[in-house]
Amino acid sequence: MISRTLITCLALILALGMASPSAMAAGKAKKPPQQDWTFNGPFGTYDKAALQRGYKVYKEVCAACHAMKRVHFRNLTALGYSEDQIKNIAAEYTVIDGPDSEGEMFERQARLSDHFVSPYPNKQAAKAANGAYPPDMSLITKARKDGSNYVYALLTGYDDPAKHGKTLMDGQYYNKYMAGNVIAMAPPLMDGQIAYEDGSPETMEQYARDVTHFLTWAAQPEMEERKRLGIQVLLFLFVFTGIMYAVKKRIWKDVH
Amino acid sequence: MGSGERQKFDNPTVEWIDSRLPIFTLMQKEYGVFPTPRNFNYFWNFGAILMFMLVTMIVSGIVLAMHYTGDTSYAFDSVERIMRDVNGGWLIRYIHMNGASFFFAAVYIHIFRGMYYGSYKRPRELLWILGVAIFLLMMATAFIGYVLPWGQMSLWGATVITNLFSAVPLVGDDIVTLLWGGFSVDNPTLTRFFALHYLLPFVIFAVVFLHVWALHVTGSNNPLGLEPQTEKDTLPFHPYFTMKDTFGLLVFVIIYATFVFFLPNALGHPDNYIPADPLVTPAHIVPEWYFLPFYAILRAITFETNLVMLGGLGVMFMPFFWNFGMGALKMFGGPKLPTFSDMTPQPIFLSVGLVIAGLGFVLHGQIPLLTDVTIIDAKLGGVIAMFGSILLWFVLPWLDSHPIRSARFRPVYRNCFIVLVLIFLFLGYAGALSADATLFGVPMSLLGLLATGYYFAFFVVLLPILSKTEKGRELPKSIHEAVLADETKKAERKKQTQDASLAPEAK
Repeated sequence: MISRTLITCLALILALGMASPSAMAAGKAKKPPQQDWTFNGPFGTYDKAALQRGYKVYKEVCAACHAMKRVHFRNLTALGYSEDQIKNIAAEYTVIDGPDSEGEMFERQARLSDHFVSPYPNKQAAKAANGAYPPDMSLITKARKDGSNYVYALLTGYDDPAKHGKTLMDGQYYNKYMAGNVIAMAPPLMDGQIAYEDGSPETMEQYARDVTHFLTWAAQPEMEERKRLGIQVLLFLFVFTGIMYAVKKRIWKDVH
Repeated sequence: MGSGERQKFDNPTVEWIDSRLPIFTLMQKEYGVFPTPRNFNYFWNFGAILMFMLVTMIVSGIVLAMHYTGDTSYAFDSVERIMRDVNGGWLIRYIHMNGASFFFAAVYIHIFRGMYYGSYKRPRELLWILGVAIFLLMMATAFIGYVLPWGQMSLWGATVITNLFSAVPLVGDDIVTLLWGGFSVDNPTLTRFFALHYLLPFVIFAVVFLHVWALHVTGSNNPLGLEPQTEKDTLPFHPYFTMKDTFGLLVFVIIYATFVFFLPNALGHPDNYIPADPLVTPAHIVPEWYFLPFYAILRAITFETNLVMLGGLGVMFMPFFWNFGMGALKMFGGPKLPTFSDMTPQPIFLSVGLVIAGLGFVLHGQIPLLTDVTIIDAKLGGVIAMFGSILLWFVLPWLDSHPIRSARFRPVYRNCFIVLVLIFLFLGYAGALSADATLFGVPMSLLGLLATGYYFAFFVVLLPILSKTEKGRELPKSIHEAVLADETKKAERKKQTQDASLAPEAK
């Protein structure tokens, strides 16, 4: 209760502009460079091969700490997998279900209707195991400014703190794009870490690109449908507006 | 209610209904033949656009409410479920979310159009006042609605804004507790906000009805600010304005749809895609863009107000306060004292008062009683300024009593108004920055204060003075005449350019 009141006051002070600069301003985060994504622009679409590779990176690396509970196994059809393939993927996981008719909780294989299995049972456990809470990845590209470019930049933006004249504590890493330049996540990707089957380069940059592609899809799975529908709606609106312009002109002809 | 003559309809079904409830007669009268000034420009489209937006928001909002859960444990998840699993859910939500922004964009244009063309002046005062009431209701609804997704900005925005009410003397803390339904923004806050967010749009709808009703009594203002005198000055609403409004609305909807489908999150804040966490404060709490000018006014007051400063303010507007006070005194049977013949602000009082207030500011905390007692602390000062900046609009028809409506014929007013709009936009820019930001080395807090100063000076100093002093241009005799003159000029110009382009060929 007290801490909550305290935080409230702090927020107020910050907001009302009577406080010194916030602690976040200590290190200046670089602006993420703009990448050329296939999903950019009004006609942009996801690259299914990149999505599948990205999912592999997530599954083998990120998922060790980061949950993704808003994505369900059934959603993976969008990556180009068949239902049987997804069933097999889901079957690799066990979930706790229940209670059964005896009132007991039981373990079973995950199904299509289950969401991605979280690495920790709850937020507190995740925090205890990692020192800081590894945020859920379902919405990460929407929850950060310039999300996709930011995530890619962050994954590839680790640097030696000594180069920037900084000494960090244990469990802290220097990152050019993190607010304050200090991040608790160790550099997650390195060259050759994950085997690709389609011959794509097995480099840190490629892993980062692919997993960002996947995370972008996870945050806005509706994007392709949205843009497709948007084009149709706009085409209709342009024609309708043109007609109405002609109608208006014609009706007003005698008045002007 | 069988008053007045009613024309018979040929269609027997329509006639059967209309003779019992003359709804067709009403539509015919108010939206068919309704005489409307013929010289509207496209700024007059925004009434129809706003009506469209209100209906869009209510319809999309009701559908969202069918899938939303108003509980802190489920609110964020239920919104994400709408985005991912409800059929067409993402479309409905993006329509509603961006709809709020476009509703406000349209209402700002509508309001400033009214100010530019003097639409608030006699006999349209009540029409204007109802409009200001709608705007206030819209602000409340939008603020409450932003809390519902229960993201980080929802929680912390709600915390900052509801906390403002604690600045109210004596009952402030009780008001805040009542708003929260407890001792912090939590589940009771969310549930009451959800209930209110569902209720308020219908209150808005009711006031919009009164607003439109009042409009149909006085008739619309127009870019010339002249009342229509003869039939030549007007056109029937249908088909002339129904078709023009539809065209303008479609152009607006094209821009709106572009955002919904291609930039759905461009106007929002990324932090609201992080679930609310009372233990983590976002680095930078900002409201939605449409509140930023008022947020900047709130933040502009960073100083305490003492007795001398308050006195200075009183001296600045001495004639008004004195006459107001004497009027009240007389009403309660007090003695009749001499009053000022003119209540408009006068340079002598303004400058003396400003000097006194300035002295009070500089000497704050140094003279016992006079300057070392804080009458209004910074927070309350900010809250008064923010609410005052909108409440002033209620009395706008009396602050500006100049007989000419349209700024077209009031060059001085026109310039002051253009500066006001620029200042308002600047305040929006200032509101988005962090409190310690600077512009060209000047602290933003100072620039914000100056901009706030102009905002208020425009309404309480410039408008009353200009009402008395500005001569204005000569008005055309009638709308019809002005339109004709315009057209002749256009035709002449067209002819001239045609002649000019033909001339070389003739050689």
